[in-house]
Amino acid sequence: MGQRITIDPITRIEGHLRIDCEVDGGKVRKAWSSGQMWRGVELILLGRDPRDAWAITQRICGVCTTVHAITSVRAVENALQLEVPLNAQYIRNLIILAHAVHDHIVHFYHLSALDWVDVTSALKADPDATAKLAESLSSWKLNGKHEMRAVKERLKGFVDGGQLGIFTNGYWGHPAMKLPPEVNLLAVAHYLQALDVQRKANKIVSILGSKTPHIQNVAVGGVSNAISTDSYSTLGVERLLAIKGWIDELADFVKNVYLVDVAAVGAFYADWTKYGAGVTNYLAAPDIPLDTKGTQFALPGGYIANRDLGSFKAIKTFNDEYWVKGVEESSKHAWFEGSKALHPYKGETKPQYTDFKDDGKYSWIKSPTFYGKPAQVGPLSRVLCMLAAGHEPTKKYATATLDTVSALAKAKVGLDAMHSTIGRHAARAIDTAVQVDLLAEQWQLLVNNIAKGDVATFNKPNFPKGEIMGQGFHEAPRGVLSHWVLIDDGKIKNYQCVVPSTWNACPRNEKDEPGPYEASIADNPIADPERPLEVLRTVHSFDPCIACAIHVTDTENGSAISVKAK
Amino acid sequence: MKVIILGIGNTILSDEGVGVHAAEALRAAYTLPEGVEVIDGGTAGMELLDPLSGVDLLLVLDAVKAKRAPGTVILLVGKEVPVFFRSKLSPHQVSICDVLASLEFVGDPPKDLVLIGCEPESLELGTELTPAVAEKVPEMVAMAVAQLAARGIRLSPRKAAVEAQ
Repeated sequence: MGQRITIDPITRIEGHLRIDCEVDGGKVRKAWSSGQMWRGVELILLGRDPRDAWAITQRICGVCTTVHAITSVRAVENALQLEVPLNAQYIRNLIILAHAVHDHIVHFYHLSALDWVDVTSALKADPDATAKLAESLSSWKLNGKHEMRAVKERLKGFVDGGQLGIFTNGYWGHPAMKLPPEVNLLAVAHYLQALDVQRKANKIVSILGSKTPHIQNVAVGGVSNAISTDSYSTLGVERLLAIKGWIDELADFVKNVYLVDVAAVGAFYADWTKYGAGVTNYLAAPDIPLDTKGTQFALPGGYIANRDLGSFKAIKTFNDEYWVKGVEESSKHAWFEGSKALHPYKGETKPQYTDFKDDGKYSWIKSPTFYGKPAQVGPLSRVLCMLAAGHEPTKKYATATLDTVSALAKAKVGLDAMHSTIGRHAARAIDTAVQVDLLAEQWQLLVNNIAKGDVATFNKPNFPKGEIMGQGFHEAPRGVLSHWVLIDDGKIKNYQCVVPSTWNACPRNEKDEPGPYEASIADNPIADPERPLEVLRTVHSFDPCIACAIHVTDTENGSAISVKAK
Repeated sequence: MKVIILGIGNTILSDEGVGVHAAEALRAAYTLPEGVEVIDGGTAGMELLDPLSGVDLLLVLDAVKAKRAPGTVILLVGKEVPVFFRSKLSPHQVSICDVLASLEFVGDPPKDLVLIGCEPESLELGTELTPAVAEKVPEMVAMAVAQLAARGIRLSPRKAAVEAQ
């Protein structure tokens, strides 16, 4: 009989997710993913004005406020078949992309790097050798000796003062930690630099969104930004130029630091290309609309079955029936009434709590499927779909990254390695490089359009008598997010959010097939059941945001990750 | 002098959002002098790093679970505040704690900290505060104003607010 490990909660800083694993012979045999807090935001929305839904849904999640705002207005616009002015699309696109770049940088450096980087080992590094290594990998301006010496000093001061602070939960000295001290020091240096760089992305969201963390500028029908070329209080030349400056700084960091670091970590942990594939049906929505109707997108999306890129089928427009008809959610293993998979327009939110039942109900997350199949969402799905669709910028960065990994690992690492725990990190970095280039392109499109004299940002919505329904999707940092709304006489009658972490963190579905987290943890090695770092690596590679699938909640446990080995 | 008044909490979980409600009440009742900003932090994490950088005084308004009677208002000042976040009395300590730890690590923590908290009665789904907590919002605002005044920062009541009294 194997050991049972419970990790509760699993995310380093957000939300509340419980993972149970059965471990036998040094490997995970079976896993359960359980959302521990019930989500009922849909109920708050009933009877409200659909024009207000975006501001409320923005509060579902601590990390992804903007994505719910964007998706909500898209859903209501879809119900009205309301077009959105070009400037509004571009401004929303800039917010979406800046938020995504921010989110990905923070995820890699601040939320998951510590699964791979041993901070205390960095204290043993030779800073000059670290600088030499760094300069051989990239031309980044802050890779020099002085920088590395200063970082080591600062880290030493921190550790000597007994103040590990933000690093407290790391698994220092764990046998699965493989980076040499110099690479660890380099990672700590870039961790610090990333703290500074991510602020630039946040500034873009903040200026365009009027506020951060909760943007104020979206509206059903467009955005509320006033555009003018000669006023300081509106979106004018000066602000646009400031935004361009930040985009350039972000691009420098993403291409010369983030992509390189991910390739280096991937090369040192090449064994992790063998673990964590899990569910290899991949779903991604197209995004960054280029017209007023949402029929052309800069980033393609669609569905890939069973890791076969040749099976790719595109989702083409905001109205695409292939998407609209494919989504269902089952409550068979979730603490809601019923077990049959229901389409989100018919979705129900009636809680039915039982205890944690291994073969019964064990999660507050429903289990979504696409044409009856579980699907993985997120950067890996996105990158694979874009490659399958022949998206050139994605091909360029994917090829370059895999070439760097191959050179560092001194072995050919191909696209197949992407179906893995470490592959999800690589995909996220490739995705960020694509997004940061697109950020500059969308900026140019906005500037050109304003230069033509178009300053329109809003089309007024008019709600008809009777019932209408619509769905909005958005390819958010963690994957496809969709809102489904039923409106009756201008008031919300039903509202369902199918969030990325629902797709990935879901329990078994109607046919008892495991969800992506559950499937990807199975077969992971476990060196030390008391410290199951390997499980954390795989789950963190999805960037879990259970605050999103589930509300932010009070965690009165003593430590952020409490592990109970039974 | 850069002063941030930060309301944190989830406004769709009833009393959990009291910090945000108090920050909004303060913003509605007072005009803010140059350098003083009110931020609705919601449940955010690292997005707050930029606005919380280079801050002379950070005044946090939050829901606090300290096992006291609902509506109990507590005040923590200076060095007591990080201790408070470490002992996890606040439902959002995790993200704000992370931001403060990051600022510490980059050598840019707020020079002065004040936390004004209120014990919640209900954390159930809902956009309204319970009466026991709602009636303490003015007390939290007054306490915030007094804490600022004690540091030489004077807020002027908005005209409409004065006339209403």
